Amino acid sequence: MVNKNTIDNIIALSSDLRWKIGDDFHDGLAEGIYADASEIANGSVSIDNEKKRFRLDTKIDKIVTSKTWGFPIMFMILGVILWLTIIGANYPSAMLANLLLDNMHPALKGLASSIGMPLWLDGFLIDGVYLAVAWVIAVMLPPMAIFFPMFTLLEDFGYLPRVAFNLDYMFKKSGAHGKQALTMSMGFGCNAAGVVATRIIDSPRERLIAIITNNFSLCNGRWPTQILIATIFIGAVVPASFSAIASLSAVIGIAILGIFFMFFTSWALTKTVLKGEVSTFNLELPPYRPPRFWKTVYTSLIDRTIIVLWRAILFAAPAGAVIWLISNIYIGNESIATLTINSLDGFGFLLGMNGVILLAYIVAIPANEIVIPTILMLTVMASGIPGGEGAGVMFELDSANATGDILKAGGWTLLTAVNLMLFSLLHNPCSTTIYTIYKETNSVKWTTVASVLPVIMGVVITFLVAQVWRLF
Amino acid sequence: MENKVSSACETCSHFNAEGLKKLGVNTKNFDFVVALAGNPNTGKSTVFNALTGLRQHTGNWPGKTVVRAEGAFEYNAQKFKLIDLPGTYSLLSTSQDEEVARNFILFGKPDVTVIVVDASRLERNLNLVLQILEITDKVVLCLNLMDEAKRSNIKIDVRTLARDLGIPVVPTSARFSEGIPDLIQTINEVATGKIICKPHQIKNVPENIENAVKTLSTEIKKQFPSIPNSRWIAFRLLEGDTQIIEALKTGELV
Repeated sequence: MVNKNTIDNIIALSSDLRWKIGDDFHDGLAEGIYADASEIANGSVSIDNEKKRFRLDTKIDKIVTSKTWGFPIMFMILGVILWLTIIGANYPSAMLANLLLDNMHPALKGLASSIGMPLWLDGFLIDGVYLAVAWVIAVMLPPMAIFFPMFTLLEDFGYLPRVAFNLDYMFKKSGAHGKQALTMSMGFGCNAAGVVATRIIDSPRERLIAIITNNFSLCNGRWPTQILIATIFIGAVVPASFSAIASLSAVIGIAILGIFFMFFTSWALTKTVLKGEVSTFNLELPPYRPPRFWKTVYTSLIDRTIIVLWRAILFAAPAGAVIWLISNIYIGNESIATLTINSLDGFGFLLGMNGVILLAYIVAIPANEIVIPTILMLTVMASGIPGGEGAGVMFELDSANATGDILKAGGWTLLTAVNLMLFSLLHNPCSTTIYTIYKETNSVKWTTVASVLPVIMGVVITFLVAQVWRLF
Repeated sequence: MENKVSSACETCSHFNAEGLKKLGVNTKNFDFVVALAGNPNTGKSTVFNALTGLRQHTGNWPGKTVVRAEGAFEYNAQKFKLIDLPGTYSLLSTSQDEEVARNFILFGKPDVTVIVVDASRLERNLNLVLQILEITDKVVLCLNLMDEAKRSNIKIDVRTLARDLGIPVVPTSARFSEGIPDLIQTINEVATGKIICKPHQIKNVPENIENAVKTLSTEIKKQFPSIPNSRWIAFRLLEGDTQIIEALKTGELV
């Protein structure tokens, strides 16, 4: 142990000296460092001003951060990325569905019966676990494999800080930190990652706001839901030649609505429970760097796509089992699933949705990715549409049209679709994100707020939309 | 892994490719700890990946690394554990990510600290470098993004810079793996004591402050002869840094 006396002496000496210096210590030292830095740099750095490079970076920045073009360019880039994702994902999705659902599933069933596997085990493993996993892969892998590399390329290019720059004014208005633009962008990939990224925000108050509102960034688990439902329902109400544009606009509209809710909630929080001053910060606009294309594509496929897909599979497998179980365990004459759906139907109707969707959201708390497969399976089971292979089986659907037919037969309307899209935006974060929020805030209170607040907003918004919709 | 020769360095007799093994996340039983510090967005994570063979996610925006990442590599049968610290502009304020970086350099006592700087923005980056040089004397300056500096017609006299700072300076373009073999060699030499650094001390401090610092640091040195960075501790005590006072009390700094 250190001698306490000597320490106290040193501390006393330091306060004594500090008193003598006055309050310019910090500034004096900082100026000294800058002066040294400048001397050293002058001694070794020479810039050839004769050949001063055409400042391309500055030219690009003048356009992408300008008042007139900043926002349109932002939305255009988002639009192009989503467009490529939607269009490009269709074909591989159909191929995967064909392989995993149409061919592999019957083959596995045949194998199971040939080795004499008991029916309940065969149903539990192949119709429950396997089909859920196969579904998630077919639905999620293609859009992710397109979306993530494009997002990463944009990130490597250096566009994200420009987004932060453009949005800074709005963040300041809503009482939040400008760097929240960066954590929000990360949230578009994964909310858990977005929550971790809030560590770049120094002020605890503003960091908390960024954590609570990160869920309003549509994460990659929810993009496929939005895209699929928009393609089936929104795309179908306009002439065929406009359907792609219409569904694309609907998805972008939901994403922008999410940004709006993020600003609104940030603002509401700063006016109520999280009052305080907006802190200032320096944002460095890094030079644009042409991404190393193939390397970036490769790493984003390996690191982001595969990891996220693996997580989805881990959660989908038990969820598939749960779905199969609740559809096959009977209380009296009805299965648990049917009973729950019936009891939720009334509330679901008030929200412009139905019991199936609400039950699907409960089953899918671990991972947003499995919402659509769960809804389809429960719809088939609850409405008794022929084509399903029996209770709890996630049957084969190889096109968006077939999915649409099932949903329409299950009593879905345009309102159901719109409200599902809204609810997908506004509901609790997935369990991984909730756990991350707890780890980052260390507070049960704020974790609860961050988890429950979006659900309340979702219920209120879908209720209002349903009531207004039914008036007309 | 890639086998093709990507730079002239790799054909040179000084380049010891046989001696280098990228160990990824296997950080057990290391001989030396190496910290990677630097301003945000200077390519620390890219250097980290180039050294460890890991694929820590990189991106072109300041603040991307917020969690401390660890990896390892082996060079000439000696294992190096590498820590990628969050990027900071300075160590003088008290925000969370700066604290992570500062506490590691101060309390983690790495065997070598590699400071990654942006060659095209050297002067601004030196602010952090000069502060770190007050804390530790086992430092390698990694003059990264040389390709960008070249494109902006910026020339840097590496030897003058090394002499002025009193530490080895290695120019690199980590994105293209240029200069990495040289960097590894230099890290090794500083770690094993082959290169002894004589780091620059901040000079242009106003006289009254300089006198106070001298008085205090002499006193600290007298009481704790084993503390290597008494001058920097004097800076912090004069600033009233409670964390440092606490560390002094518990003996963490000795």
